[in-house]
Amino acid sequence: MAIASEVTGTSDRWDQLVRTLKKRAFRSPSDSLTSVFIFGLMLYMAWMLLDWALFSAVWRAEDVEHCAEAGGACWSVIAARHRLILFGLYPYDLHWRSTLACIAIVATVVLSCLPHFWSTSKLVTLWIVGFGTYVLLMDGSLLGQAQVTTDQWGGLALTLFMFSAVVLLGMPMGLLLALARRSRLPAVKGAASLLIDFIRSLPLLTTLFAAAVVIPLLLPDWLNGDKIWRVIVGFALFFACYQAEVFRGGFQAIPKGQFEAGKALGLTSFQILSRIVMPQVFRHALPSTINMVVVTFKETAIVIIIGFFDVLASANAAFGTVEWAPYYIEVYAFVGAIYWIFIFSLSQYGEYLKARMSVAKR
Amino acid sequence: MDAAALKTRRKRRELILQTLLVVVVALIVWAAISTAQTKLDELNMTSGFGFLERATGWAYSFSLIDRSIDDSYSRTLLIGFMNTLFLGLICIVLSTVLGFAIGTARDARQLGLNAVATVYIQLFRNLPLILQLVFWYAVLIHMPGPRQAYSLGDALFLSNRGLMLPALNVSPSAVLGIFACLVLLGFVIFRLKSLQFLHKLGLWLVAGIGLTLILASMFTPADSSIFSIPAQKGLRFQGGLTVSIELVAMILAITLYGSAYIAEVVRGGLHEVPSGLTEAGKALGLSSRSIWFHVKMPMALRTIMPPLGNQWIFIMKATTLGVAIGFSDLFYIVSTSITQSGQTLELMGLLMLSFLLINYSLAQIVNFINARLALKGH
Repeated sequence: MAIASEVTGTSDRWDQLVRTLKKRAFRSPSDSLTSVFIFGLMLYMAWMLLDWALFSAVWRAEDVEHCAEAGGACWSVIAARHRLILFGLYPYDLHWRSTLACIAIVATVVLSCLPHFWSTSKLVTLWIVGFGTYVLLMDGSLLGQAQVTTDQWGGLALTLFMFSAVVLLGMPMGLLLALARRSRLPAVKGAASLLIDFIRSLPLLTTLFAAAVVIPLLLPDWLNGDKIWRVIVGFALFFACYQAEVFRGGFQAIPKGQFEAGKALGLTSFQILSRIVMPQVFRHALPSTINMVVVTFKETAIVIIIGFFDVLASANAAFGTVEWAPYYIEVYAFVGAIYWIFIFSLSQYGEYLKARMSVAKR
Repeated sequence: MDAAALKTRRKRRELILQTLLVVVVALIVWAAISTAQTKLDELNMTSGFGFLERATGWAYSFSLIDRSIDDSYSRTLLIGFMNTLFLGLICIVLSTVLGFAIGTARDARQLGLNAVATVYIQLFRNLPLILQLVFWYAVLIHMPGPRQAYSLGDALFLSNRGLMLPALNVSPSAVLGIFACLVLLGFVIFRLKSLQFLHKLGLWLVAGIGLTLILASMFTPADSSIFSIPAQKGLRFQGGLTVSIELVAMILAITLYGSAYIAEVVRGGLHEVPSGLTEAGKALGLSSRSIWFHVKMPMALRTIMPPLGNQWIFIMKATTLGVAIGFSDLFYIVSTSITQSGQTLELMGLLMLSFLLINYSLAQIVNFINARLALKGH
């Protein structure tokens, strides 16, 4: 049987498709009618979309005058302005540094999805190296290159920077908060719970706005730092408070016997935590953590409101001239596609992990 | 050293540690306050809530009640609070209804429905809300002007000035009165014991529309009709209700995004219902509609309700994005007030307090519904 199905693999799959269609799309006349209508409509819309995006589109920046009569998308605006969208106001002749920096961050994210890197030490090293590479390349002064200060970072490069800095800073903060919330000491526990519940009940924008506008009032000037770092710390605090709840769920999944077994072996509390408990907590919390990371990537777009030149802000700038103003849909489609690909692949990866873990539990 | 001594030592150490924590936190707070004090003194700012009675002197886009630029800060903030609640409630209702529909379609046997729902969810869930918001706003401001407005049956118009809807020809205070009557009616109907939920809902809708028409006809001015239908008069529209494009964009973006998330919550809930129950329903000869209403949904609601409550809170918080397109929600009003009056700490305090209040109340409502849904004796 196994050999037969291997030989006729394609026809088997075909049979299965036919069976599914029979069962789920063409079971009764009214069912068939609905299916034909819906699939017809979807095909028609897909065709219209393809026609707009590909067949009737104008591609080259020089052909912009044909855009009005072409009837399709005017990708000329992307051809002409993609560098602005991707890198913002970063010096034009140094864009290779931004490009490499973005690749470093994306590679870090991709590598940390591989099971080979799933140990705390490896992940921490990987992220510090990836993030460090980014900062070194973008800033440039330590590499003997011309220095580019943070106020000139922009576009997708800035979005990726915010995202990775928030995750890198927020993860240990979240772990600390989760541990504090589990503490035996009422003062520690109370302070952590209060902070977590407070931040979680506020909109992210409030936290970021407070970091950008209120904190400078409360801190002495020498402690204030760059606006970008204040916002990142505020964002990381927000991330940490949600991530702390994720970790808390992980802690709750671990039976008490594990702690007791550790104690019986004569391990110290720190050893029990780092060698027995934490690896399991991370494993349990993994799918929800990926979820948080996805949400964080999506939410970075909000920094446009407090005046950062992220990919969305540079998109707005890209069609901000008279010449390109009519082609805002193309620009938003381009930026939307970038976000969509990142978020979709990350969240599909999360779904895959969830499925894999529920199989492992059985 | 014996165990008791060790224990007292540990107790003492823990006490010292906690005292230290409290002292450090208190010190930080004190240092922050005194820094703020000196900085505000340098700027010649007075702290406190006295500014609330001053006139603002600036205009903003949307308000449910009468407004002018001579309004005091407290009235302006109240208007912002009302706008946030208003927008949040509309979006919560719309995205819950849409989310249940899409979530059911995602769970459907019909492959076509399933595919549409999947595409919808994957499209709207995987894009940042703010991107969707600025996109819809850009689309709406590029709409044709009032002369070439899109229309539906000459009663509903969409142009770059906003969405014109037919409305009841009554004063705002009468609308408030009618709304109160509707809530009261709902309260009475939903207390009835003998009816099922859906019948109650149907009864409330039918009776509500009837009651609205009767009340509206009593309050309309003598020489005009009960409905006010928008009509084009030269370069603008007259009559009817105009919904500004900022509000349309906010409702559109938040509803599409929120409903995609709620749909996933609903699908998860429906997925948890054991298939044996559905089969039992079929064996009893129930139609698939009755199975959904009487078997699947009541079972699923218990799993759906807690995450649904989280989504509602999320939607309330999402209204703050209105500042990106100039919709005058609470955050917009507060941030404008901060730049205009400089009373940063007081205004941020009010903003936080308002959101704590809104979210706490929502959480209480969800808890109440949860308690009502819980199986007796469990």
